[in-house]
Amino acid sequence: METISAASQLFQFIVTGLTVGAIYAMVAIGFNIIYNVTEIINLAQGEFVMLGGLIMVFMHVTVGLPMILAFVATVLLVTLTGTMLDRLAIKPIRQPSVMTLIIATIAASIVIKGTAMLIWGKSPYDLPAFSGRTPIELGGVIIQPQYLWVIGFLAVVAIGLTLFFNRTILGKAMAACADNPDAARLVGINVQYMVLLSFALSAAIGAIAGMTLTPIALMDYDRGAMLAIKGFGAAILGGLGSFSGAVLGGLLIGLIESLGAGFLLSGYKDAYALIVLLLVLFLRPSGMMGNFEVTKFKRF
Amino acid sequence: MVKKSATALIACLVIIGFSFQPALAAYKVGAIFSVTGGASFLGDPEKKTAQMVVDQINGDGGINGEKIELIVYDDETDPTKCNLHAKKLITQDKVVAVIGPSVSGLSLAIIPVFEKFKTPLVSCAASYKIVYNEKTGKPYKWVFKTPQSDSLAVEAIYTKMQSMGINKIAVITVTDGYGASGRHELLRLAQAYKMDIVADEKYDPKDTDMTAQLTKIKGLAPQAIVNWSVGPTQVTVLRNWRDLGMTSITFFQSHGFGSRKNIELAAGAAEGVLCPLGACNIADLLPEGHPQKQVTMAYQKSYTETYNEPLSSFGGHAWDAIQLVVDALKAVGGDRAKIRDYLENKKGFVGQHGVFNFSPEDHNGLTKEAFQMVVVKDGDWALAE
Repeated sequence: METISAASQLFQFIVTGLTVGAIYAMVAIGFNIIYNVTEIINLAQGEFVMLGGLIMVFMHVTVGLPMILAFVATVLLVTLTGTMLDRLAIKPIRQPSVMTLIIATIAASIVIKGTAMLIWGKSPYDLPAFSGRTPIELGGVIIQPQYLWVIGFLAVVAIGLTLFFNRTILGKAMAACADNPDAARLVGINVQYMVLLSFALSAAIGAIAGMTLTPIALMDYDRGAMLAIKGFGAAILGGLGSFSGAVLGGLLIGLIESLGAGFLLSGYKDAYALIVLLLVLFLRPSGMMGNFEVTKFKRF
Repeated sequence: MVKKSATALIACLVIIGFSFQPALAAYKVGAIFSVTGGASFLGDPEKKTAQMVVDQINGDGGINGEKIELIVYDDETDPTKCNLHAKKLITQDKVVAVIGPSVSGLSLAIIPVFEKFKTPLVSCAASYKIVYNEKTGKPYKWVFKTPQSDSLAVEAIYTKMQSMGINKIAVITVTDGYGASGRHELLRLAQAYKMDIVADEKYDPKDTDMTAQLTKIKGLAPQAIVNWSVGPTQVTVLRNWRDLGMTSITFFQSHGFGSRKNIELAAGAAEGVLCPLGACNIADLLPEGHPQKQVTMAYQKSYTETYNEPLSSFGGHAWDAIQLVVDALKAVGGDRAKIRDYLENKKGFVGQHGVFNFSPEDHNGLTKEAFQMVVVKDGDWALAE
């Protein structure tokens, strides 16, 4: 048994932290997309991640579709769930206030979780890693190929979304709804369609997070809430509504947890992240990348 | 007007509801399990097992010709709900005894209810505190439990370590009732077995990765790691252990590892892992003359045929609990106090997890012999030498 040097230990903590943080960041991005268009916090965001993992297990392991096909099918199915959430739980609400809509998302998350429990039961499920489980060794630091997939997908999602919101007419229309729904309606943007699209996008990103996480940590019906809480923390830390903030916040929370567990007492791992979150909010109430001027105009 | 008619309607429904009493069975037995919620992987096989045993007994004509009615409530791994269900079973359903809850925290939470209402409780949870009142140093009068205490599991592990010449160990536990209780025992008994605990790490029941804790342990180079958790985390921790190339450090799991599903989920990572298990997990491996051979084989056969899934040690605890109650019903009938007295003096009850010998000082009735040391070999259990 070779011992591990302090430097390798530090790098191992960083690699682990970045991987877990990338998952949190993807959940945080999902929160932000819906928040930007509708000003609500979708508390069923964690359930999209859980569904992504479990549907992928069904498609790839149970049905036996090849990895890429199963991946696409899962994204489509979870996206459909996201759009149904909007059409069945959000849109029918008359005189929506932000609070009632948020409560509707809580209800939806309970329904989704219960349905998943009925379909998959309560046991955890495993998924084969995307490119094998042979760890890559770099001077005593172990990197699972799956870690690279997680971080890679975060990069793809973050870059893709930035381009989408800045370069495409559809993305700009969504951003316009976020800024001022009434004005957007006046220039002919279909706001309800944009809301639907925001739910679809969030669900798709949640599904990707779930699929890449499952080979590392297994997946069961009850995993959504915890991921939603961590992702929400990351979104707040980065500044609600900011994509760069979500990525930064997610990675930071992952790193704090990993380094805290490694160098300090591992029992208080979750507390370290919360302490940092509180400190940041005391100093910058709008989060690291959030814009305080913008938040004044928001209803929530 | 609308309000009035609604009130009338509700009143009618309530009255109708009360007039439809279910067919009265002679013996009502209550059960509270964590069928959903955080500990569902315990409560689910427990509920299935209890139901299966009761159906079998009723199918064979019941107890002395009388049917048993099993009333199962799901506490959702929530202490408040557990408490409500306990009171309801005792006061409204008027059961003769209750089996469950699935987890230690909930069992400890409802002990006062059973002491107050003088109803026997046979818990399916592990902590020794369930049958040990720290104030009096004796068991609670009305509370029994079937799972081996975690102290026995720790002793079984430490005994095995001593025989392997291991004395420098790392402990990693989950931050829930099961993990906290196991950690407490691991630390408490370390001195008696001359174990030097170099790392005492923790993680959350919903954590996705324990690489950080294990990396820290790797730096301290112990001879063995003991992990104490139930659910998916005990599989994740094994994968991390293998991925970090730590397989030269012997890995011990708690008795919570007792399901073949865990070996499957670990996808090869469980190879060489040791854990203490009750007889029911390894029915096939028991020698022919073993006292529990017959009951464990029978349970394995009927459970896998009925539910088409591998059995887990947790279901075995429920089997022991319901069969103990049935045994008492057969002997003394449906009187709560008589059932309690009978259980307290029951000797030589052959169950899934050991041969129980209860006494006024011991409401668990097992010794560390109730555990066999098992090693994972070629994706299945094997007896460790």
